[in-house]
Amino acid sequence: MNEVLSRYSGKGDELVPILQEVQEQFGYLPAEVMQQTAKFLHISDSTVFGVATFYAQFKFTPTGKRIVKVCRGTACHVRGGARILNEVERQLGITPGETTDDLEYSLETIACFGSCALAPIVVIDKTVYGRMTTKKVGGVLH
Amino acid sequence: MTFDEIRSQARAEWETLEHSDKPHILVGTATCGRASGALAVLEAIKSELAKRNIEAIITQVGCIGLCYAEPLVDVVKPNRSRICYGNITPEIIPRLIEDYVINDNPCPDLALGTIGDDSIDGIPKLFELPMLKPQVRIVLRNCGIIDPENINHYIARGGYSGLVKALGMKPEEVIEEIKRSGLRGRGGAGFPTGLKWEFCRQSPGKVKYLICNADEGDPGAFMNRSLLEGDPHAVLEGMLIGAYAIGATEGYIYIRAEYPLAIERLELALRQVAEYGLAGDNILDSNFSFHITIKQGAGAFVCGEETALMASIEGKRGMPRSRPPFPAQSGLWGKPTNINNVGTWGHVSAILQRGSNWYASYGSEKSKGTKVFALAGKVNRTGLIEVPIGISLQEIIYGIGGGIPDGKRFKAVQTGGPSGGFLPASLLNLPVGYEELTEAGSIMGSGGMIVLDEDNCIVDTARFFLSFTQAESCGKCVPCRLGTKQMLDILEDITNGKGKLEDIDLLEDLAKDVVAGSLCALGGTAPNPVLTSIRYFRDEYEAHIRDKRCPALVCSELISYYILPDKCEGCGICLRDCPAEAISGGKRMIHIIDQGKCIKCGTCLDVCPTRFSAVVKVSGEKVTVPSKPIPVAATKKAGAPTNLGN
Repeated sequence: MNEVLSRYSGKGDELVPILQEVQEQFGYLPAEVMQQTAKFLHISDSTVFGVATFYAQFKFTPTGKRIVKVCRGTACHVRGGARILNEVERQLGITPGETTDDLEYSLETIACFGSCALAPIVVIDKTVYGRMTTKKVGGVLH
Repeated sequence: MTFDEIRSQARAEWETLEHSDKPHILVGTATCGRASGALAVLEAIKSELAKRNIEAIITQVGCIGLCYAEPLVDVVKPNRSRICYGNITPEIIPRLIEDYVINDNPCPDLALGTIGDDSIDGIPKLFELPMLKPQVRIVLRNCGIIDPENINHYIARGGYSGLVKALGMKPEEVIEEIKRSGLRGRGGAGFPTGLKWEFCRQSPGKVKYLICNADEGDPGAFMNRSLLEGDPHAVLEGMLIGAYAIGATEGYIYIRAEYPLAIERLELALRQVAEYGLAGDNILDSNFSFHITIKQGAGAFVCGEETALMASIEGKRGMPRSRPPFPAQSGLWGKPTNINNVGTWGHVSAILQRGSNWYASYGSEKSKGTKVFALAGKVNRTGLIEVPIGISLQEIIYGIGGGIPDGKRFKAVQTGGPSGGFLPASLLNLPVGYEELTEAGSIMGSGGMIVLDEDNCIVDTARFFLSFTQAESCGKCVPCRLGTKQMLDILEDITNGKGKLEDIDLLEDLAKDVVAGSLCALGGTAPNPVLTSIRYFRDEYEAHIRDKRCPALVCSELISYYILPDKCEGCGICLRDCPAEAISGGKRMIHIIDQGKCIKCGTCLDVCPTRFSAVVKVSGEKVTVPSKPIPVAATKKAGAPTNLGN
């Protein structure tokens, strides 16, 4: 954490970039880290918490090893994205925002991944799977 | 180095590439290409070339917009036109390399078209294809053509000559040039760009900021991502020109974190312009200095709104504030600030490079130039397109898009994302322009264009958009926070078969209040999908409410699945795959779905072999089925009717 902070000068507009870097390292934002960030930027804990909870990107509980994101954008919706999400939920046994008990998978939805021409889309970690079908779900998950 | 030296060096590099005696292979590896497997194709190319000991130049390019045919691979052989191949898989690569790279068979069956003067037998010219012919590529001039990671490619094709031209003019003259071009904001609202700059220029204050809005949050829109991935310098050059005209010394690119490749390419592009002295202090010895910083968004749709975006850059919760003061007077950190969308900046660089008269020769009376759209949904040729403003929806959807797949009927086109509206078939002749679309109840928006066919439910899609805006409402003002929630509740009732006829009027009333009372454009436009869907598709609302029927067979509470007794062969596949264990039956016994247990996932319909096609989906009707599984033969012999109890 100190290493992350050493790259910043302590100005208020660095809050979001710091939180982003912390999350990249820890996978989520531990409470102590947010407190440390508040101290570093000379702002209150509640300001940090207020900003962190405002943005969808930030998570406050540990996430699974693999992050499965199902796109819920318009193009995906009209091409059956809801059914893809149902199938992923069924196979992983979790709903969006949850992590499997073995900490293997976290499931999230994203508003739009911007690969609409290949809808519906599933993103696992950094790999994008286009033209998904319910039958392909098992194959990309395992 | 002077700009002339930089340019001649860049041109020399481009010429060498164009006239290389080695084959040149280009792979489209933007995010959409990668989603369809372009990186695997790239690897296959590299290993096949290595295996056969062939020397070739490989370039990764951005998206040319033919997303439906991804992955795309182009091959240029010495003194031949470039051939663009579509739907390439790693398995095709050995054949392509054997037949065309080594031998001289251009594989017309795999080719989409050629780029260049030389024609090749059996392959059409790419830009003569119906998908591309009506397009005018101004913003997308380099996308898919150049290596976006090589600044020399951009410069060789006229890049940064617009900046040089601007630096030779007075800032006021640059603003005049933009005014003359007729350019309007491509983020969606369509405010005249030159005028916006003038306000900011005239605002008192030494420190001014310039922002590029790359927080492309509309679901169903990918214009900004494609441009930043395919030609980042076109945007940077536009920003530099704008900064010079306005008198800004600091600039930000606010980009959503969901676009990692675009961010990577922007970072690289920023290092390149710094190295060439095209950004930073005393740019090209002109005394003009401009520094650009990238700020990543953190997943909040409302941050596309300019005042919320600035709050987010300042490290605060990204909530909008009331205007005035407008950002041109008091924006980022209270200083005069000018914000334009990625697309607008792409137009600016082209206008300075080629002149306002040239630019204004495209488009319609009220709106000059072109607009980039992300064409997606139920259309044959999905992709990224750039068309002159004023083209009709019909030309876009049927001409460029090639119509609706599988012979289905067109139902509506949705423009402007969650802030826009649905336009029915009767408006297909509508020219695409800011005023025309607004009059029809939609908006031009940032450029999302989603086509819906008869299998899409309008009420469900309106509910989908509202669930998005409701979730993304920042909660600061009451009309948006509570109004969208109430509207969503009503829409959910309707799609769940619990709606009342008076709900339609109530929705319209609520919508008007949300539009009138919301603080920012998120709430101000959120009701548009609902309002247009009622305006043009009221009968669908009535079918859901009065007949408890979803005509498109989408709303799960209103549909049922049945197994037709005279078609079921008792194969057991649906019984085995049903996740709810709602199907009873046995070998050679007619299967029956327990309607109480059915979760309406549609698995039975998907898995029933097409030669039986025994599963049907219905809404508002009942199918008579046996009360318990009976042997298959019994109904076959009796010749039982299909019993689609209408």
